[in-house]
Amino acid sequence: MAVVSRGFGARRRESDPRLPPGQYLTEDFPVLSAGPTPRIDLGEWRFGIRTEGGAETCWTWEEFQALPIEDVDTDIHCVTRWSKLGTSWRGVSLDTLLDEVETDAAYAMAHSYGGYTTNIPLDELREGRAWVAFEFDGEPLDPEHGGPARLLVPHLYFWKSAKWVRGLTLMDDDEPGFWEQNGYNMHGDPWTEERYW
Amino acid sequence: MTVGGWQPARVVEAVGTTPSARLLHLQVPGWPGNEAGQHVDIRLTAEDGYQAVRSYSIGSYGPGETIELAVDEIPDGEVSPYLVRDVLPGDELEVKGPLGGYFVWRPGGAEPVQLIAGGSGIVPLMAIVRAATDARAAASVRLLYSVRTAEDAIYRDELERQASNGGVALTWRYTRGAPGGWQGRVGRVDDDVLRAATWEPGREPIVYVCGPTGFVEHVADALVGLGHPPARIRTERFGGA
Ligand SMILES: Cc1cc2nc3c(=O)[nH]c(=O)nc-3n(C[C@H](O)[C@H](O)[C@H](O)COP(=O)(O)OP(=O)(O)OC[C@H]3O[C@@H](n4cnc5c(N)ncnc54)[C@H](O)[C@@H]3O)c2cc1C
Repeated sequence: MAVVSRGFGARRRESDPRLPPGQYLTEDFPVLSAGPTPRIDLGEWRFGIRTEGGAETCWTWEEFQALPIEDVDTDIHCVTRWSKLGTSWRGVSLDTLLDEVETDAAYAMAHSYGGYTTNIPLDELREGRAWVAFEFDGEPLDPEHGGPARLLVPHLYFWKSAKWVRGLTLMDDDEPGFWEQNGYNMHGDPWTEERYW
Repeated sequence: MTVGGWQPARVVEAVGTTPSARLLHLQVPGWPGNEAGQHVDIRLTAEDGYQAVRSYSIGSYGPGETIELAVDEIPDGEVSPYLVRDVLPGDELEVKGPLGGYFVWRPGGAEPVQLIAGGSGIVPLMAIVRAATDARAAASVRLLYSVRTAEDAIYRDELERQASNGGVALTWRYTRGAPGGWQGRVGRVDDDVLRAATWEPGREPIVYVCGPTGFVEHVADALVGLGHPPARIRTERFGGA
């Protein structure tokens, strides 16, 4: 049984069944990242996938924009406890991108401009559950929020949705990415509160 | 890093440090100690079972079962007004931690250390000031602390005292109003302030920036503009705009 804090609860917010445990609703779009915001020129931007065998598939910004683009409406949940409901994005599904590569890998490491990495089971990037997104709310994605393009994996805590993403490395075995080495969970499901080690 | 479940904690001291902030000392039986720069999650439970959780940096470091937090009240906030105004010594809450393995300072590094705080962002940096002082490393550490006015500065007396005793070098930046006799300008941290008051990029410092999200974004961008490599800038964003 939890310890009751005397007199707490007067300023509570309304609860909402769309909120995972321990999350609160925000109207803002707060920022969580480890360092400063990298600025990436679209002419130099690339997105690449390297398979466990070392084969590389790479898209320029133009090639990327020519792929089928999807509208995504989704809730997002940050491990620092804010959630934002009904956000709208545009991007390319990871299904589309992974169709271009041949792999039996079980895990992916996302790499970002600026050096950030995060690990995700490859299965969780498939079946319409993950995108490389470049528009938020009808506008090009702000650098502060990961623009030109970020990973969008809304069913996991938002640190898995790597900002400034530049590619995936596919791996047979799981390895911790940046936040995972620094104390965050290897998987990160908000509904079971997989926050920390 | 040790993260168990929620542990009960008792407030043993709660004292005002600025008009809007309080220092809380929590006694956490079985606390494993923490590194300088880490934080805890605090969970509050109401009579009817309703709960809220927020993160707070730890101003203290090292072994011992008592930790120090400093909480600044966010107007219209849910949790901070309770911690700043309502909670009393003897009250109970729960903590989880220590958390975070990245925004930490450990003794033994050879490089200079630059600390840059905005508002309550001083809390984890205070732990670093204290740890560096105890490790006799204060001479390689500088602190730039941006506050609205002098009376909004958390840990003001301790920072002044340790600086005048040859500790961590301290530069104030006042964004709203300076104390009487202040020679410098008033305004937010800009390139001039960073050039004058922080280790230059050529010294290859490691830089810790902490405070409200907008402050951290602005300062980190300016540091990169001045030539600091992004990989040597560690940031902790407290939230807000
Ligand atoms: C790792 C970490 C360490 C932290 N350490 C400290 C600390 O040492 N001392 C401390 O006082 N706070 C600290 N914070 C902030 C703290 O967790 C809470 O966000 C803050 O106390 C506000 O909570 P609340 O419930 O009162 O406000 P909420 O009800 O959560 O928010 C009310 C409104 O204020 C905005 N808001 C939330 N946080 C801030 C902020 N920091 N600045 C401006 N606006 C904000 C929200 O977006 C919202 O619109 C830390 C945050 C993190 C992530």
